[in-house]
Amino acid sequence: MYLHPEMETLSRPEIEKLQLERLQKTIRQCMRSPFYKRRFKEAGLRPEDIRSLGDLQKIPFTTKQDLRDNYPFGLSAVPLEQVVRLHSSSGTTGTPTVILHTQRDLDEWANAVARCLYMVGLRKGDIFQNSSGYGMFTGGLGFQYGAERLGMLTVPAAAGNTKRQIKFIKDFGTTALHAIPSYAGRLYEVMEEMGIDPRRDTHLRTLIIGAEPHSDEQRRRIENMLGVKAYNSFGMSEMCGPGVAFECPEQNGLHIWEDYYIVEIVDPQTLEPVPEGEVGELVLTTINREAMPLLRYRTRDLTRILPGECACGRHHRRLDRMKGRSDDMMILKGVNIFPIQIENILMQFKELGNDYLITLTNLEANDEMTVEVELNDFTDDYGFLQKLTKEITRQLKDEILITPRVKLLPKGSLPKQEGKAVRVKDLRKTLI
Amino acid sequence: MTIHQLSVFIENKSGTLLQVLELLKEANIQLIASTISDTVEYGIYRIICSEPLRAYETLKQAGISASLSDVFAITLDNQPGRAADAIRSFTRAGIGISYLYSFLLAGKGILVFRTDDTGKTREVILRDRLSYVEEKDLIRMV
Repeated sequence: MYLHPEMETLSRPEIEKLQLERLQKTIRQCMRSPFYKRRFKEAGLRPEDIRSLGDLQKIPFTTKQDLRDNYPFGLSAVPLEQVVRLHSSSGTTGTPTVILHTQRDLDEWANAVARCLYMVGLRKGDIFQNSSGYGMFTGGLGFQYGAERLGMLTVPAAAGNTKRQIKFIKDFGTTALHAIPSYAGRLYEVMEEMGIDPRRDTHLRTLIIGAEPHSDEQRRRIENMLGVKAYNSFGMSEMCGPGVAFECPEQNGLHIWEDYYIVEIVDPQTLEPVPEGEVGELVLTTINREAMPLLRYRTRDLTRILPGECACGRHHRRLDRMKGRSDDMMILKGVNIFPIQIENILMQFKELGNDYLITLTNLEANDEMTVEVELNDFTDDYGFLQKLTKEITRQLKDEILITPRVKLLPKGSLPKQEGKAVRVKDLRKTLI
Repeated sequence: MTIHQLSVFIENKSGTLLQVLELLKEANIQLIASTISDTVEYGIYRIICSEPLRAYETLKQAGISASLSDVFAITLDNQPGRAADAIRSFTRAGIGISYLYSFLLAGKGILVFRTDDTGKTREVILRDRLSYVEEKDLIRMV
């Protein structure tokens, strides 16, 4: 049940001992990067000042802005001729960022992904289809190399073309699929249209879902629709990509591989560590990477460490499912709201479909929220529709403390999205 | 005693009504009567047409949210006061009208409606000898 028992079954003291060794090695490596050399000097810090894991807190945080400011190679800790691959973010929100990999980095990345896939029961003999975009997006090549490392037959179907995707699943006997959660729902809809019953007509058994925050209700829906077990995957391009944290068969939190990363959870405002078990921003330090190590990288993802031991026998701690991002938080009438809170409520109504859209507008100085959601089955009954609308509104208000305008839509009226689903549209104008 | 009514759930957005009508046109389905009420959030477009079952299948296949329901259709002589007489029968029997629309066909007035008590409505129609149309007659009258 363990692909790397020597790492996966380490006790806490053994993990921490390994982490300190690898941290110190990483910091020595960082001194070859112009960026970290300058950072340490500015902070009056020398590598030998880091003598314990607690000393990590002396090191300043690294942010996405740092990656942008030092675009493209300013954080490289190896000569460029040792770099064999780079991945870059799209740069839609500013200058793109670049992550560099040596051959060893790519090998270790593939090992981490293979470990995750093995953990949820995938083996040589499985047929693994990946519906991620390939190229710069790390969900493509990341899963590709990890799945090949395990010896599975891989189908790099890539994103889009849903009918072809389904044809592959059917014709090749795909047993495991990687898809973002909103796309899993889309696949099911198109299967229905094509008259395909996923239980009867396919061999799908395992689904890997990630990249979008989603609720447990949404996962259960996907499992019921497709007749699979669905496991939550967490990764980000700054930390290589997929393979950072993954659910085990217990499906209760994502084990983060602490032989690769040191985990901290901090308050996004004060940047102080939050008490054990409380929600805050995830901060990661890479301790198994050579081309571009990152120290105390602020991921902007909000989560918490789940307290207690996991029945699977791994002592690598578990992250709770992502609560959203510290930067996709909406502030409405002074209230902090995360889209996932709204999703959790909507998913409890069996009358509603999987797609929804939150629109923020303002009239004078008044913020307004509209929640549009698709109705699964339509019956000609105004009274029922009104009652349903009222009940959704009431439950949302209880959760987010403001009253949204709830709009029920006919099935299929929200724009279909093949990439990361856009759940929030902020059309508010600044009134200054 | 009832006829099929096709109900379509449409978003309050330009072009959605036309889309439904184009689909019915392509399927060569004739509208006999239809009604739509204005609400801010969503609209229900109710249709009496030739071949309601085929119309329903046509819309379903195009991914349109639609449903079929049974409604009453009674005929009235084309004279003042006939609608009042008919509704009086239901009101006296304590039956509530959920919605109602009317049209003229082959010189007859036709009231289409749904009530909050289908069983009782049937009894009143028979007891008071109100004349009602069957679906096949309705299509013949067009």
